[in-house]
Amino acid sequence: MIYLIMLFLTIGLFFLVVSAIGAIRLPDFYTRSHAIGVTDTVGTLFILIGLSIDAGVSFTSAKLLLITVFIYIANPTITHVLFRAAIRSGLKPWTKQSQK
Amino acid sequence: MIIAEFYLGCLFGLAILIPVYLYRAIVGPNVFDRLIGLNGITAKAILFLVLVGAFTNQLDMFVDIALGYGLLNLVGSLAVGKYLEKKGLKE
Repeated sequence: MIYLIMLFLTIGLFFLVVSAIGAIRLPDFYTRSHAIGVTDTVGTLFILIGLSIDAGVSFTSAKLLLITVFIYIANPTITHVLFRAAIRSGLKPWTKQSQK
Repeated sequence: MIIAEFYLGCLFGLAILIPVYLYRAIVGPNVFDRLIGLNGITAKAILFLVLVGAFTNQLDMFVDIALGYGLLNLVGSLAVGKYLEKKGLKE
């Protein structure tokens, strides 16, 4: 059981590291929102599921699964709202020509 | 207890990851970059709280704090997003 928890936490930390690299290296708001919004959600889900395996069948585990479902809904919603606000307020997407 | 040390390692990893998003929140070219950086910091803070609770064997207390923090982040980000959608991008 301990090795299952370690596997889930390691996968989650891997996704979080990928998301952080994307947040620094990508050139535009839209690409960065892809990195932070999508990959971050998956990493958070893996870590929370691993911790709820550690808590066993209890009330704490139920609350951890509640946080998991809440983040699975809320994090893409925030990304979508910011994305729509950006594209309606006239922020131009990045292309290879606009770099020069 | 080997799992507690593994939780401590995960806490150190998260503490290294949070300043990356802080960099994006400070030097981001426009206001949406700052907001998405703050969103990343909040997601890491929720994980940090839950991992601290699992490390100190008080998970039932820290879970409630993490849930409240997530709800505050959702309401604040939605309000700022709708406001910026009306206002437009004039820094």
